[in-house]
Amino acid sequence: MIHFNKETFDKALAEGGLMMVDFWAEWCGPCQMLGPVIESLAEQYEGRAVIGKVNTDEEPELAMGYQVSGIPTVIFFKDGREIDRKVGVMPPDAFVQVLEEHL
Amino acid sequence: MSYDIMVLGSGPAGLAAAVAARGRDKSVLVIGGRWQDSPLAKAERVDNYPGLPGRTGLELLEEFVRHAQALGTDFVVGKALSLLAWKGFSLTVGSQVCQGKALILAPGVVRNAKYPGEAEYLGRGVSYCATCDGMLYRNRPVAVVGLAPDAPQEANYLRSLGCQVTYVSPLRPEGLDKDIPCVQAGKLAVKGEQTVTGLEADGALLPCAGVFILRRAVAPTDLLPALETEEGFIRVDRRMATNVAGVFAAGDCTGGPLQISKAVGEGHVAALSACEYLDANPPAGA
Repeated sequence: MIHFNKETFDKALAEGGLMMVDFWAEWCGPCQMLGPVIESLAEQYEGRAVIGKVNTDEEPELAMGYQVSGIPTVIFFKDGREIDRKVGVMPPDAFVQVLEEHL
Repeated sequence: MSYDIMVLGSGPAGLAAAVAARGRDKSVLVIGGRWQDSPLAKAERVDNYPGLPGRTGLELLEEFVRHAQALGTDFVVGKALSLLAWKGFSLTVGSQVCQGKALILAPGVVRNAKYPGEAEYLGRGVSYCATCDGMLYRNRPVAVVGLAPDAPQEANYLRSLGCQVTYVSPLRPEGLDKDIPCVQAGKLAVKGEQTVTGLEADGALLPCAGVFILRRAVAPTDLLPALETEEGFIRVDRRMATNVAGVFAAGDCTGGPLQISKAVGEGHVAALSACEYLDANPPAGA
């Protein structure tokens, strides 16, 4: 699981492929709850999709840039472009569905 | 800490469930608002609860709480914001995460009616959690729709972060920072394009980037969208089991009559069913 900053995020995005990014923050209870789900998906999809997290507190520019206005927000990218986003806590299936559709 | 049973709701159904589950030696966490804020606390006289006629709602509630406490029930006071049904159940209350292996829903009557535009702009300017999302609106105008007793405190918190807060509520609240402008309005609609651009309050548009809608409780069907309902109430069987494995429901949320004895009876049954569920589904590796 990757913890992105602006630089590593832009690099991963430029590489194309399927990417799933969890925008979160320490003070956000629902984000804490979703954390283990994201981690388990990162393990499950290792080598097939890039799965990582952006701390909105440390990377406000990324959060603003993608108009993240509620956390947790999970954004999916393919070939450098946003293809879907999910806002709020959801079970792994909700994310698996999007990942499988675009793999 | 992970509990055997989490009970959502601290009214008669939830407290009766706690008493029954403690009687089966299960660890129990009750999550709910202050019991003094329960709708029952407003009842001036209750005459149909067997054996204890003529008590006030507040007196009965206090006895129920004491009973559950004396048996070793743990309590968290606050509003459950989100629920995850994965490897048991997790609930967030503020920034705290609570976990349990079975869940009993006993929140009372919680309406899930939404304002026009609310669902459409959820996560694009509409938020239910000031603590979670406040920082994302620093230096920007936000409207706080105050429908819960603690909403003024949340509005004050948003202001302390640097948000430009306008408070919107049908009644003038107590405890609101005097520098926060307050608009009295009841008919609301969220307006936006890609994201929220304003809140319409009784016909007048308040331009803002975020709308924090702070209700007393989040409806069970919003916490757990898979939950089946019937005419607005949670569908349960005779065991008080819902359609979701490990989730039980009791009290007013399952339908009428909206009476204490009915709530208490259902809470008791829900707890025994939850205990059965736990005994039949021991955690992996145990």
